[in-house]
Amino acid sequence: MPFGLLKYGLKKRYPGKHQFTPATELKKHYDVVIIGAGGHGTGIAYYLAKYHGITNVAILEKSYLGSGNTARNTAVIRSNYLTEEGVTFYRESVKMFQSLSNEFDYNIMMENRGQLTLAHSDAAIRSFRWRAEVNQHLGVRSELVDRQTIRELVPSLQMSEDVRYPILAGLWHADGATARHDAVAWGYARGACSRGVELHQLTEVEDIEVTEGRVTAVRTNRGRVSCGIVVQAVAGASSIVARMAGIKLPIHSYPLQAMVTQPYKPLLNPHVSSPQVHAYIHQTSRGEFVIGGGSDPYPLYNTRATLDQRESLASAVQELFPFLSQARLMRQWAGTTDMTPDYSPIMGLSPVQNYYLDAGWGTWGFKATPICGKTMAELVATGSPPDIIKPFELERFYRFEQINEAGATAASH
Amino acid sequence: MKILNCPLNGPRNISEFTYGGEFHSMPDPDSSTAREWAEHVFFHDNNAGVVIEWWCHTPSSYWFLAERNTITDELLRTFPASEAAGGMVQGDDQ
Ligand SMILES: Cc1cc2nc3c(=O)[nH]c(=O)nc-3n(C[C@H](O)[C@H](O)[C@H](O)COP(=O)(O)OP(=O)(O)OC[C@H]3O[C@@H](n4cnc5c(N)ncnc54)[C@H](O)[C@@H]3O)c2cc1C
Repeated sequence: MPFGLLKYGLKKRYPGKHQFTPATELKKHYDVVIIGAGGHGTGIAYYLAKYHGITNVAILEKSYLGSGNTARNTAVIRSNYLTEEGVTFYRESVKMFQSLSNEFDYNIMMENRGQLTLAHSDAAIRSFRWRAEVNQHLGVRSELVDRQTIRELVPSLQMSEDVRYPILAGLWHADGATARHDAVAWGYARGACSRGVELHQLTEVEDIEVTEGRVTAVRTNRGRVSCGIVVQAVAGASSIVARMAGIKLPIHSYPLQAMVTQPYKPLLNPHVSSPQVHAYIHQTSRGEFVIGGGSDPYPLYNTRATLDQRESLASAVQELFPFLSQARLMRQWAGTTDMTPDYSPIMGLSPVQNYYLDAGWGTWGFKATPICGKTMAELVATGSPPDIIKPFELERFYRFEQINEAGATAASH
Repeated sequence: MKILNCPLNGPRNISEFTYGGEFHSMPDPDSSTAREWAEHVFFHDNNAGVVIEWWCHTPSSYWFLAERNTITDELLRTFPASEAAGGMVQGDDQ
């Protein structure tokens, strides 16, 4: 590698490497059609090609690659959830993230800087203790820490007891990380396309043909495509696309907003979140503070940003980090998130035989991209869901077997 | 701040209200199956477009219905539950 770099450095011209093949003619038939080219859709295609040799695959994307929530999230990666099913699943994803840059030969800028969640009440301490126990039992680095440790981890944090919600303790998750979200989708898309998968942008699925409980074709703005298997990975549009196949989902689409300040010198190392004040924050390697919080108060298919949310996030982070009162905001944005009643995703089989669901990712699905891609690809290849995603099937709601991650998700993502 | 017109209290800031879910008629608890209940409790239409839904004016605990466009974020109309066509318990605003 160093020699390659040297050779490249001494070259007179620096030819750009194409990320992926440009869209070609849409064929009449594909073995597998994946709807949505976010991290999830491209991830499934990548693992299908890499591990299962299935390459007659089209990813259909109504806009451009990674234009959905993949480009809008705050890139938090963590596995300190509460349920056994959740922790086990996200733990595998966090592991996979560690080797993605090497695997892609493309830097996803993985940064393992840890995550600190703040407790401002006795009830929060109790639930953190519970989470720490479950996490440690399942091999995840997660522990309850006192005020002194918090001071050492985050010296810039306001630790006064003279505030509305004094900080009592914290849940420290050393495995917490961030990565460049766009790079994840690009890496998967490039890896999939170099193995023969076709990515068709500006190709919107408008209807789905179902005959006798099986999908036979999808109709797009560029014509009809017959297909052997269809997977939907469309996040905020989950209910709309599923309805085309006659499937109703336990999902409401809510906007989630975030914002970012201008860059500053390095001040804040880990990611810090406070379910009490409904805000979380980390500083990127470029120096910007990324700030996020809870969902909008009502469902909406719209990515407008609101003054209400900006005020609420600004006042919350100023309580934690008073020096931010001087900070200037550069951008504020939103994504449409597919929220489930139990804050866990929906992966696996659907009532339509050859139609698979990758949905219900709400405000927490970026961190699941690698493991979801890998396990969903196995489902497509074998027809049966791997054990690790089995509990997340749609049928769980009919059995009243929700996987409750509401508390472990609030303002943490 | 958006203004929502409460049928009982008049125009108020939307921060005074709580969203209460889609408006559906309830299946008969005596004759419906567990599957039907699960669907009623958990599953949603989640439509993009004009929908009718429950809202509550939080300080006065007054529940009513609103017609809203879930694409443009416009509140089109609010009305007491008793006015809902084929609605819930007749004459019961709560
Ligand atoms: C502000 C914000 C912050 C977040 N923070 C975090 C975080 O810190 N950590 C975390 O883990 N998660 C976070 N999330 C959630 C995370 O972003 C999503 O769960 C994840 O990106 C979903 O990926 P996806 O590939 O399934 O969907 P997307 O990236 O949304 O991709 C879906 C694609 O489907 C396409 N599509 C839709 N309808 C059609 C159609 N009919 N035909 C063809 N294509 C279609 C869309 O154009 C889109 O490109 C956050 C989300 C938001 C909005």
